[in-house]
Amino acid sequence: MNIVEKIENSSLKTGTPVFKSGDTVKVYQKIKEGDKERVQVFEGVVIARKGSGLRSSFTVRKNSYGVGVEKTFLVNSPLIDKIELLYRGKVRKAKLYYLRKKKGKDTKIERLDMINNNN
Amino acid sequence: MIKALIGKKIGMTQLFNEEGMIVPVTIIKAGPCTVVTKKNKQTDGYNAVQLGFEEVKSYRVKKPILGKFTKNNISPLKVLKEFRDSDEGDLKIGDTIDVSVFNEAKSVSISGITKGKGYQGVVKRWGFSGGRDTHGSMFHRAPGSIGQSSFPSKVFKGLKMPGHMGNNKCTVLNLKVVKIDAAENLLYVKGSVPGAGNSILYIYAADESGRKLK
Repeated sequence: MNIVEKIENSSLKTGTPVFKSGDTVKVYQKIKEGDKERVQVFEGVVIARKGSGLRSSFTVRKNSYGVGVEKTFLVNSPLIDKIELLYRGKVRKAKLYYLRKKKGKDTKIERLDMINNNN
Repeated sequence: MIKALIGKKIGMTQLFNEEGMIVPVTIIKAGPCTVVTKKNKQTDGYNAVQLGFEEVKSYRVKKPILGKFTKNNISPLKVLKEFRDSDEGDLKIGDTIDVSVFNEAKSVSISGITKGKGYQGVVKRWGFSGGRDTHGSMFHRAPGSIGQSSFPSKVFKGLKMPGHMGNNKCTVLNLKVVKIDAAENLLYVKGSVPGAGNSILYIYAADESGRKLK
């Protein structure tokens, strides 16, 4: 293993659940406001996973009061407190950008199974 | 103590800082360097410390240079570099210095040889705009006019023209030190440094303006 890989692997996070596009996740993000720190929860469908290793990121999309909201997170970021996998979804593409053009019922993704929230 | 080292570029990656933001870092194998020669004002006309980096087999070193090492019982080294007018402290020939010399440095300035780009035109070499590709344009990436007519009847020196690009010395000032790994002799700096991986770099501790510290 070369030195760069070794350094990257040493800063990888452990305990992140395995999830992919189409899954519904809950992301607990730490947000600093002055000296205070709070946790913001963002729940939605994973529409893309990008990159590998330390640089990997994922995009979560949700509908907030009729407005589509997308947020991209780095999987290994220390600002992410926890990622919870709620449901696995059945999709046929790796990147679900087509959801941006869909409305209402069309944005629903078929669930594969239910998963315990205890992980 | 001298605040400079010879190093080798390992590569680049990204790391998270304390605020959770991602920082682009270059990883450099800095030192350990051995003091090979010391020069002083009386005998040499100037003060300098010559450092050596990276051990090699003795047959890889030219004989006149090899004498320097065998005389002082130092194992042969690949790269030698003089650092002039540096604060020598109580350094002796044969002493090794490592990356810990940068412990107090907030930033470093790094010199190296840039990647060679070969013979390049004016668009890549000097950032000329070039002409339009389509709509009947007959002017694409050519340099255009290089001067006037019978007066001055010459092309001015230093005019931006095609030619060899890269493979020249370049110093990047004021790179922030992100982390120092003394056990592995690794120096992490924010941003990029000249050259490809495994290329030789000269690293100087710098003040806020990027000036080299002695």
